[in-house]
Amino acid sequence: MSAVSLQVALVGNPNCGKTALFNRLTGSRQKVANYAGVTVERKAGELRTLSGQQVRLLDLPGAYSLGATSPDEAITRDVCLGLMAGETRPDLLVCVADATNLRLHLRFVLEVRALGLPMILALNMCDAAARRGIIIDRAKLETLLGVPVVETIAVRADGVGKLVERIDGALPPLSPIAAPADLHAEVRRLIAAAVTMPRRTAALDDQIDRWALHPVGGLLMLSIVMFLIFQAVFSWAAPLQDGIDAGVTAAAAALHAAMPDNTLRSLLVDGMLVGTGSVVVFLPQILLLFLFILVLEESGYLPRAAFLLDRLMVGAGLTGRSFIPLLSSFACAVPGIMAARTIQDPRDRLATILVAPLMTCSARLPVYALLIGAFIPERTVAGIFNLQGLVLFALYVAGIVSALAVAYVMKLVRHDKIEHALLLELPSYRLPHVTDVLIGLWERASIFLKRVGGIILTLTVLLWFLSTYPAAPEGFTGAAIDYSYAGRIGKAMEALFAPIGFNWQICIALIPGLAAREVAVSSLATVYAVSATGDQAAGQLLPLIAAQWSLATALSLIVWYVFAPQCVSTLAVIRRETQSWKIVALAAGYLFALAYGASWITFRIASALT
Amino acid sequence: MDHRLKDLKLRVEAIVDRVEDVQAADPIAARLRDLGFVAGEPVRVVARGPIGGDPLVVQIGYTRFALRRAEAARVVIRVAA
Ligand SMILES: Nc1nc2c(ncn2[C@@H]2O[C@H](COP(=O)(O)OP(=O)(O)OP(=O)(O)O)[C@@H](O)[C@H]2O)c(=O)[nH]1
Ligand SMILES: [Mg+2]
Repeated sequence: MSAVSLQVALVGNPNCGKTALFNRLTGSRQKVANYAGVTVERKAGELRTLSGQQVRLLDLPGAYSLGATSPDEAITRDVCLGLMAGETRPDLLVCVADATNLRLHLRFVLEVRALGLPMILALNMCDAAARRGIIIDRAKLETLLGVPVVETIAVRADGVGKLVERIDGALPPLSPIAAPADLHAEVRRLIAAAVTMPRRTAALDDQIDRWALHPVGGLLMLSIVMFLIFQAVFSWAAPLQDGIDAGVTAAAAALHAAMPDNTLRSLLVDGMLVGTGSVVVFLPQILLLFLFILVLEESGYLPRAAFLLDRLMVGAGLTGRSFIPLLSSFACAVPGIMAARTIQDPRDRLATILVAPLMTCSARLPVYALLIGAFIPERTVAGIFNLQGLVLFALYVAGIVSALAVAYVMKLVRHDKIEHALLLELPSYRLPHVTDVLIGLWERASIFLKRVGGIILTLTVLLWFLSTYPAAPEGFTGAAIDYSYAGRIGKAMEALFAPIGFNWQICIALIPGLAAREVAVSSLATVYAVSATGDQAAGQLLPLIAAQWSLATALSLIVWYVFAPQCVSTLAVIRRETQSWKIVALAAGYLFALAYGASWITFRIASALT
Repeated sequence: MDHRLKDLKLRVEAIVDRVEDVQAADPIAARLRDLGFVAGEPVRVVARGPIGGDPLVVQIGYTRFALRRAEAARVVIRVAA
């Protein structure tokens, strides 16, 4: 790679398409979605222009003003001012503005212009502007502003050519133009001179919002959307799942039959195939969940949901702004906790970070799905609802309700009750592009499969090793696994976990589950496969635990997973975002206590009833 | 008495008069001005939240924002007669 000759940064209001441009220009695949505050970190990429210049491009979080009010806006301000440690001040700013929203975005453009750095204004979303009949006199705007103006369409492959040409051309001269005293008056003057706007908003948005924001209709719509997701995750994924399951079982049986009974067979079949296979089965469910999340993110509906739920969340000690970080946590708590950067108020931000691990992340889905599949009968309730889907829905609700309860307790504990702002922008609705959604799903699938092939496989093999060695000596009575390291560790832990109904196999599975929650499933599969005697084919985990565990134990384990803090990456990101070990200890401690307490109660009640 | 944005009826056109600071150097008021709540700007309430009519969705310029009542109370408006 040749030396970088130009440092360029993308700046602009939130949701104007900076990251979409960044991806288009550098070939990256950073997250793009239709709400303010998607990007919360600076991201660098490189591109080579036609003339052979090597350009380092920086994507920055969106900002309404250089007077930052949240940590993500502060990053943008610091980079623009050259105050960011480890980042040289950019040679050129590409200021991006949404062509359909110039009344708001041009004000920031004027603020950026006053910095005196060379800059180009990119009028993005020209396709959407044209559809709405908005006419912008580019040449006039360029003259009035005194900076080069180019039109872009970040969502089209051929939509950024002019911008690249302009970056490649000679740097526009540095002409410090003082900020006009009244930025808004200047914006009005520019718009009056260069922009024709038939309507202030898209007519379609107004129509949809009449329903989506309606006090009753809106809430109804939100419940239906949420409920549909969980029903679908359970019922639509089933056929695909059965297919994968059958494939894994057939492969295991074939390998078992084809190989002599030795350690290698045990490692391949019991360790690798059965362990990882038990997790791969959940790929369809995870993809379905992400399909819904991706479509919702791109549609522009999420900030509306945040609006509808704001009052409820404030009552519980959060804010409507917590909604998107918490919803992202359904995928994984790590990006969810990072997204909490868009919350201005430090206390709301902390509360959001602390309860984010209670949102049911996709890594917990395999655990829930396994246990529900084994212990909840497949039945139709009230004619339309799938009972297993209902239970899954209830588990998600349990996570949400406990998050609200925990946040409420934190609100009671904290003393200062100063108000804080919501100030949430509702973007224009957008139809998701099929190809973008498919690419997003493909990425999810490959991340998941890499996890399976990487950390999950490694841990499973490690666990196989621990449950196979040391081999039981001649004349040892009892199962060989009892003599192994894993057997001994499990038995030692059983003392702590017996009161909540966990057997030693579950105890063993909890340990590797710390690194990745799904591994709890593959570990159980391996432990049971290793303990299976002689000819018994390495069987499926589900019927096995259905036969061997009591319902009380299963329910207790399910409840444990609603709360349990065992995810190292989550604790690490809490540490990074809060810079405090104390908060990490607080999070881990309260989650562990909740998990143990709730499982204990569940186990007692279920034991008494069954 | 001044009319406030928080009391504006649904879908009635009004004009922003000013944003008041409720404390010295009020950051929320400053942000509201940045977002376009400045004298002479037309403004409308598009929706109200399901519980207690809070928050509001407000149309200012070409943009819609969700604001809590406490934020909207800072915005003094003139209602077209
Ligand atoms: N129609 C159209 N949509 C666009 C265009 N560029 C971006 N979008 C959409 O605009 C939305 C926001 O895009 P992002 O790239 O995430 O915006 P951003 O400026 O990086 O947003 P933040 O990171 O939140 O500041 C997404 O829904 C994109 O699909 C465009 O040129 N035309
Ligand atoms: Mg972005």
